[in-house]
Amino acid sequence: MGRITLDKVTKKFGEVEVIPPLDLTIEDGEFVVFVGPSGCGKSTLLRLIAGLEDVSSGHIQIDGRDATEVPPAKRGLAMVFQSYALYPHMSVRKNIAFPLRMAGLSKDEQDKRVSGAAEVLNLTAYLDRRPGQLSGGQRQRVAIGRAIVREPAAFLFDEPLSNLDAALRVGMRLEISELHKRLETTMIYVTHDQVEAMTMADKIVVLRAGNIEQVGSPLELYQSPRNTFVAGFIGSPRMNLIEGAEAAKHDATTIGIRPEHIAISPTEGTWQGKVGVSEHLGSDTFFHVTGTGLADAITVRAGGEVSLRYGDTIYLTPEEGKLHRFDAKGLRI
Amino acid sequence: MATQHSRAAARLMMAPAVILLLGWMLVPLILTLYFSFKRYLPLRGDSLGKGLDWVGFQNYARFVTSSSFWPSIQVTLIIVGGVLVVTVLLGTLLAVLLDQPMWGTGIVRILVISPFFVMPTVSGLVWKNMFMDSTNGLFAHLWRAFGAAPVDWVSQQSLFSIILIVSWEWLPFATLILLTAIQSLDSEQLEAAEMDGAPALKRFWFIVIPHLSRAITIVILIQTIFLLSIFAEIYVTTAGAFGTKTLTYLIFQRVLESQNVGLGSAGGVYAIILANIVAIFLMRIVGKNLDA
Ligand SMILES: Nc1ncnc2c1ncn2[C@@H]1O[C@H](COP(=O)(O)OP(=O)(O)OP(=O)(O)O)[C@@H](O)[C@H]1O
Ligand SMILES: [Mg+2]
Repeated sequence: MGRITLDKVTKKFGEVEVIPPLDLTIEDGEFVVFVGPSGCGKSTLLRLIAGLEDVSSGHIQIDGRDATEVPPAKRGLAMVFQSYALYPHMSVRKNIAFPLRMAGLSKDEQDKRVSGAAEVLNLTAYLDRRPGQLSGGQRQRVAIGRAIVREPAAFLFDEPLSNLDAALRVGMRLEISELHKRLETTMIYVTHDQVEAMTMADKIVVLRAGNIEQVGSPLELYQSPRNTFVAGFIGSPRMNLIEGAEAAKHDATTIGIRPEHIAISPTEGTWQGKVGVSEHLGSDTFFHVTGTGLADAITVRAGGEVSLRYGDTIYLTPEEGKLHRFDAKGLRI
Repeated sequence: MATQHSRAAARLMMAPAVILLLGWMLVPLILTLYFSFKRYLPLRGDSLGKGLDWVGFQNYARFVTSSSFWPSIQVTLIIVGGVLVVTVLLGTLLAVLLDQPMWGTGIVRILVISPFFVMPTVSGLVWKNMFMDSTNGLFAHLWRAFGAAPVDWVSQQSLFSIILIVSWEWLPFATLILLTAIQSLDSEQLEAAEMDGAPALKRFWFIVIPHLSRAITIVILIQTIFLLSIFAEIYVTTAGAFGTKTLTYLIFQRVLESQNVGLGSAGGVYAIILANIVAIFLMRIVGKNLDA
């Protein structure tokens, strides 16, 4: 129930190849996150799986059956859109019941499933409202409700949280994760926010220009990024990438060190620089250190209360064994 | 949303337009009311200069008791209703078709809009002489090609002919408004419905039609206002004969053919009442779409 396999799938819009041949297997019950910069083809890939776009070549299998030519409704997948795509003229109840109505379920069965979903999503009080009378988070839940009543083989989410404010986003993130734990259904989740990817995923798929750069668990991607792109993309703030003589010392073209793996000191260390802009987050402080001669600016993490000021001299020491080395092609050594 | 201050400013700035519009409406309205209570037969020597006789409600009584009155109301409603049905149905269909990506969309759209630029008199004459004429009309040729006897549309199918002509004129308006409405439909809604298992026809019925309901309301309201007063199409085709005498046409005949201004004015007041009844009726049925 919910194993999805892509076999040499490609997608062209006219002459432009948005997805070059791509292979991917999503196991039953997995929470997979597609992450990548804007325009890299995440939505396109999701829509190919959903059947809203036709593949240019290749095959898609769902539960071992070839679904390449199967229309969207018959694939047994449910999608939650970025704009929610609720039906504005229908009440919340009717919105959630719509897929059931289309499937020809009896009125009783519809009511039962709708109230079940409403309970799970805390929507019972809003069932008779129109979508226009709901807040963003509530609309999001209605969209999820409409997806879960169908009991699909897999859920597809396309940046479902990008229209919500930061606090709500954190809340909904947890709710979706909980939903996944409870339903144990395959979920494919698209985002360009790597924090969402790190916190929710069982497996992250990093995409760039339609290519899969790396597939792995959040920790794998964090600890051993396969190339400089993944290294720079996963982790917040970004990994510091250093080229030139310093990299050559480590027999690499590029070396990378995460801000949290650099020790700082006002008196001694491997690299010397000046404190530039600093960002105080309370628990952490991030310094942008300039004038090291290594890169434009090196980001380092310090504890919450540090008494260094703008322009002070600072010494940086990379933690032993936390250095990432990349060759001339950007691949991990 | 607006503050007291900005509301006052808005009223002040709107005042000239409101006053102009009021004057525009009120002067003819008051004159019509005034004449409707007077005996005013210019051919018998009545004139404003000599003063007009007050006749009370005599004109009103005569207008409704005339044998042409109720048929004219019926004809008016049939024409308005017929044209509304045709334009809304065909307009929706055309809008859906024009919304599809296809070759030459630009040209097709201009072609669809063009009837709107033809004056009613001209289109009436063109239809009557080029299409509906029983000897030389295109329809007559077509009928003969299939071995059927040509129909003299204007006399034998007079109401149908007029509905056809007026619908042709108003179809572009309906199509255009409905097309813009369709284009404003969020495509993700249709995709969501597709994934929810709704086939094309059900998507049309459950998603597109409700989305269009507001635009359809507007089309119906605006067209009704204009259709209640169509005149030229009747004047140049049947000239009110063959059961095509609408209320507007009846008033025209009373004022200009019988030269009875008082009687015609009373008819004008009835027309205003009819328009209001129709408008209230329509608002009741469809108006709730507007405040949703
Ligand atoms: N219908 C289309 N016709 C032509 N090109 C398209 C079409 N849809 C998408 N593209 C192109 O395909 C590429 C991938 O688009 P896609 O929407 O998948 O990006 P994305 O990764 O979802 O980006 P974002 O994070 O901004 O949503 C883009 O370069 C886009 O311009
Ligand atoms: Mg996208």
